Amino acid sequence: MSRILNDLRQDASRARSYFGQVFLHLQKDLRLEWRSRDSVVGMLFFALLTVIIFSLAFDPTAAVSRQIAGGILWVALLFAAFTALNQSWTREQRNRVLEAQRLSPAAPSALFLGKALANFLFVSFVEVVLAFFFIIFYNLHALGQGWMMMLVLPLGTWALICNGTFFAAMGLRTRNRELLLPLIMVPISLPALLSMMQATTAILTGEFDPAHWIRLLIGYNIAFTTVCLLLFDTILSAE
Amino acid sequence: MRRSRIYAMVGISWLALTLATLAHATWLALFIAPTEETMLDVQRIFYYHVPSSMLSLVFPYVNLTASIFYLAWRRSEPLRALTADAVAIAAAEVTVVYASISLTTGMLWGRAAWGIWWAWDARLTSMLLLWLLYVSYLLLRKLSASGQSQTLAAALSVFAAIDVPIVFLSIRLWRGQHPAPVFGGGPNSGINPAMLPAFGWNVLGWAMWGIFLLALRYALERRRQESEQESALKAIEDSLEIAR
Repeated sequence: MSRILNDLRQDASRARSYFGQVFLHLQKDLRLEWRSRDSVVGMLFFALLTVIIFSLAFDPTAAVSRQIAGGILWVALLFAAFTALNQSWTREQRNRVLEAQRLSPAAPSALFLGKALANFLFVSFVEVVLAFFFIIFYNLHALGQGWMMMLVLPLGTWALICNGTFFAAMGLRTRNRELLLPLIMVPISLPALLSMMQATTAILTGEFDPAHWIRLLIGYNIAFTTVCLLLFDTILSAE
Repeated sequence: MRRSRIYAMVGISWLALTLATLAHATWLALFIAPTEETMLDVQRIFYYHVPSSMLSLVFPYVNLTASIFYLAWRRSEPLRALTADAVAIAAAEVTVVYASISLTTGMLWGRAAWGIWWAWDARLTSMLLLWLLYVSYLLLRKLSASGQSQTLAAALSVFAAIDVPIVFLSIRLWRGQHPAPVFGGGPNSGINPAMLPAFGWNVLGWAMWGIFLLALRYALERRRQESEQESALKAIEDSLEIAR
């Protein structure tokens, strides 16, 4: 009993600062996911299936696979992310948790940032496992600067997840929630998708320089993360 | 009642003026402007393609401005916010119409000049992406619940407006087959001065037509909003009757 009270006291003191709130939301989402492991397992299997379908469809040789692997990786991750993003807000709707979040004095953007970070971690985990499958199934090794993937992967993932988490929240109270998310998320994300696919292809083939594309991704992330944080309150309280 | 009659008069005279301008512009474009040396008559589609492309880049700004006003007035002046929202939806629909015309006329020209309907070239791709953005905006309005669709749409409009420059930058980086910009594209750009009147009149005529469409769609949306408000009021009154 005293341990629970102690925990609560700690949480309350954390909730006073903005980043404390973000951390609490993140912690809650990670704990929920750890208990069920629904989204990560779902995404992982879905991404794996997509990769296998592409292999069957194109039957690539090592040289060809270098050209197309960048595209396939991100398409697989994009599709997999849809499955997780749609679920991530549904969790908040059970037992009317979302209404409670709206009533609480905590900053709404902290709720958004916490959830976006949690989704980011889930998708990053899927990427690590998927990278392993790519090396096996597509017989891949980078001809360009492989270390740059360490930059492209998180930047690309954040570009997808930040807007995706926002748009999933937009679809919360609409009919056809599952349908709406890809319809609005993909057109907005097209320049980011192009950048991450081009950067990945540049690194894998070593034929051109990925620097421009990485710079574009950084700009995209800064612009849209700002807008998401500024507009989330409006979306959450839209009636 | 009198006010609506004035609006109708203004609308009809604007439409008459627009149709006259378009008739003059069409006559200039098809009969008066000189025939181009290499492309011959195929070039005349330029008088329709370029104005629609230009206008499809202008109406998104109207949509963005109206959306920002909607977001600003949403809480403080909800009735005024509704008028801003009506402008936003009208501008988005006109954007989609002009972008579709630009894409269609571009494809017709491409088939005649390049021998292919479509090329994944920089400007074609950016225009297609612009079209996709505003179609997704209209889909969001169609699919979202009625009470909140205005707010969600306004937020998406801000996203789309930020996305447009990034789209143009990224596609430029990606490809570079479309003819170089005709206006302001370097020392050899520009057109035969004899073609300018036909071009200018077409830009004016189609801009007037776009404004007409915008106003018509705005008036329609306002009527829809008013009838919605009336039926909501009536429902409240009826429920009071029952309670009594």
